[in-house]
Amino acid sequence: MKSRRSLKLTLSYILLALIAIASVYPAIWIVMSSLKAGDSLYSETFIPRQLTLDHYKDLFLSHADKDLPYLSWYWNTLKIAVTSMVLGTIIQVLTAYAMSRFRFKGRQTAMTTVLILGMFPGFMSMIAIYLMLLQLNLLDSPWALVLVYTAGAALGMFVAKGFFDTIPRALEESALLDGAGHWKIFTAIILPLSRPIITYIALTTFTGAWVDFIFARLILRSRENWTLAVGLYEMVNTYSSTEFTLFAAGSVLVAIPITILYMFLQRFLVQGLTAGATKG
Amino acid sequence: MFGGERTDYPMNPSKTADLPEGGSGARGGGHARSAAWLSVLCMGLGQLYNRQYVKGALFLLAEALGIYFIVTRLSANLAGLITLGDTPAHLEKVGRLYKNVPGDHSIFMMIYGLVAFLFLALFIAFYILNVRDAYTVGRLREQGNAAPTVRETLRYASDKGFPYLMLSLPTVGVLFFTVLPILFMVLIAFTNYAAPDHIPPKNLVDWVGFATFKNLLTLKAWSHTFFGVLTWTVIWAILATITTYFGGIFVALLIEQHGIRFKAFWRTVFIIPYAIPQFISLLVMKNLLNDQFGPINQYLRWMGLGGLPWLNDPFWAKVTVLLVNMWIGIPVSMILVLGVLTSIPKDLYEAADIDGASSFRKFRAITLPFVLFQTTPVLIMQFAGNINNFNVIYLLTGGQPANGEYSFAGSTDLLVTWLYKLTLDNQRYNFASAVGIIIFIIIASFSIWNYRRSRSYKEEDMIQ
Repeated sequence: MKSRRSLKLTLSYILLALIAIASVYPAIWIVMSSLKAGDSLYSETFIPRQLTLDHYKDLFLSHADKDLPYLSWYWNTLKIAVTSMVLGTIIQVLTAYAMSRFRFKGRQTAMTTVLILGMFPGFMSMIAIYLMLLQLNLLDSPWALVLVYTAGAALGMFVAKGFFDTIPRALEESALLDGAGHWKIFTAIILPLSRPIITYIALTTFTGAWVDFIFARLILRSRENWTLAVGLYEMVNTYSSTEFTLFAAGSVLVAIPITILYMFLQRFLVQGLTAGATKG
Repeated sequence: MFGGERTDYPMNPSKTADLPEGGSGARGGGHARSAAWLSVLCMGLGQLYNRQYVKGALFLLAEALGIYFIVTRLSANLAGLITLGDTPAHLEKVGRLYKNVPGDHSIFMMIYGLVAFLFLALFIAFYILNVRDAYTVGRLREQGNAAPTVRETLRYASDKGFPYLMLSLPTVGVLFFTVLPILFMVLIAFTNYAAPDHIPPKNLVDWVGFATFKNLLTLKAWSHTFFGVLTWTVIWAILATITTYFGGIFVALLIEQHGIRFKAFWRTVFIIPYAIPQFISLLVMKNLLNDQFGPINQYLRWMGLGGLPWLNDPFWAKVTVLLVNMWIGIPVSMILVLGVLTSIPKDLYEAADIDGASSFRKFRAITLPFVLFQTTPVLIMQFAGNINNFNVIYLLTGGQPANGEYSFAGSTDLLVTWLYKLTLDNQRYNFASAVGIIIFIIIASFSIWNYRRSRSYKEEDMIQ
């Protein structure tokens, strides 16, 4: 009995170790590739014989033979992601709060509409948005991208609504009796209690903008206005066989901030995921 | 938290803002009816009749502006929505030279027509609001009350109208950047807007009714691709959902086993794939699995097993996208399942232990039912999400390897990636939008079914 148990444990540990290797292997491999001398995908050893930081330097230097304005891509992405995060979070929190706390005429219809809109493939609307931006003369502008992300932010409100649903009503009722207005209740009572969900929304909208390449590729036409996602995608498609290590270095720099944020704010992510899940 | 809701709950405007029922009849002489009819005649008249002069004047102004815009701008745009333009671009003889005269741009006409349509709808909604308002205030006067003053109206609006105020900005955004584009794309499915013959500004676009759908489903070149891609989409969605879901349960149970140490460590390591931005990990995977130079095949060759055509063979490419999807999707399921596991009452297991149940039996009879029960809504939504899983396919294989029998699609293309290619690479807009509508119908039926069976939607007010 005892030996069967320890056999089972040993097997479990082996499995866990294998899954752990599978989980981290791609990440470690790309870091190793970014440090490898030369530019090819092929490497004889897992840990490169020669380690170098040249590819990271290359990203930030301008080259005559290839057009890779990595620094401006990074800056564009940061700008777009931060602005969309701020605006998108505000919009989403307002929407979720109104839907969760008030019973007004048209509420049920509005919620059903949001659900139905969510069922259309997100980029089915690409062409119409493209044409509208073309008419408004906003194509190729980072602010157009922010506008598109922010305008759609309200549609992701269900997780936050689930969260607001769990805040006891008694809190506001007593404040109402004390004569506080709706806005006062929202800012002074609800918002301080909502830090976990606000963190969750901010994080997801930030990463959403950071990694999106569908709308970014559609709207940002000129190379120097691209975001990292668009740039890296093009880099893989055009250079990957010849400049793989450069792509690797670029990816590492893109992935690091997001990965650190995610690991650091894991608790909020798990809460948000579970809130969304149990609410259905 | 339970039972806190009174019927006269102050934050519940829908109940208090209704028209006053019953009342004392026509004391004061049918103000409600007269005011309402006056407002039907022209916005603001009813309000003036009710002696709400400021409001009446504002409504009159709204009517005037509305009519002005409808006559000068909207009617032409709405007409354009119906005709989609009559004059194509053509050459005209000016003096001795032929000059290219731009014709009507059907697609812009359609967008303008839709915007006009939205404005008209808003105007009509406001008109109805105006009539109802006149009626309500008239009713108040019949009951012997004075009509609300401007200040009272404003206070009322800031109290009862608060949710509307909060939602106004989001609504405008969604209206113009989601609703309008979707309406536009739905309309496109009923036109012949497609390369090579119907691309403005060179040519006009016309309404063709259901011809696009008919071609998609019956014309050999299209139907073969459509049903092929549809079949793979369904197979993919089923397999991708099942593998990640049960993979997640398996990993979660592995960690939560008795006697396993460093649980937090394993959890953190297993979340890493979820933390890395998806487009990075997918592009990395694409290189990792490269046929000739990728390290995976390199290892396989070292072990004396020939490399596999991970991305280049139609069959293996399908296996690859499923495997990579597991790598990405299992952490999410694992997190969810770990959450559910902590909520299972411990005494159930204790009771099972006393009965001498084996651990497999405990899993079958306690753990699995609990997990399934709590996560089925997510499971179904994940299935719907996988039908639309653009990233994994597009970034990993791009729909490749090529399939000679398909129009504009490769062997691993899903309906969504096909839609994307039809739109951006091939300009077959009407087919793309027909495919989009079909995807919508599939997802919507699943979601409605899911809703019916999950009760949380109906019972949301009971949590309070």
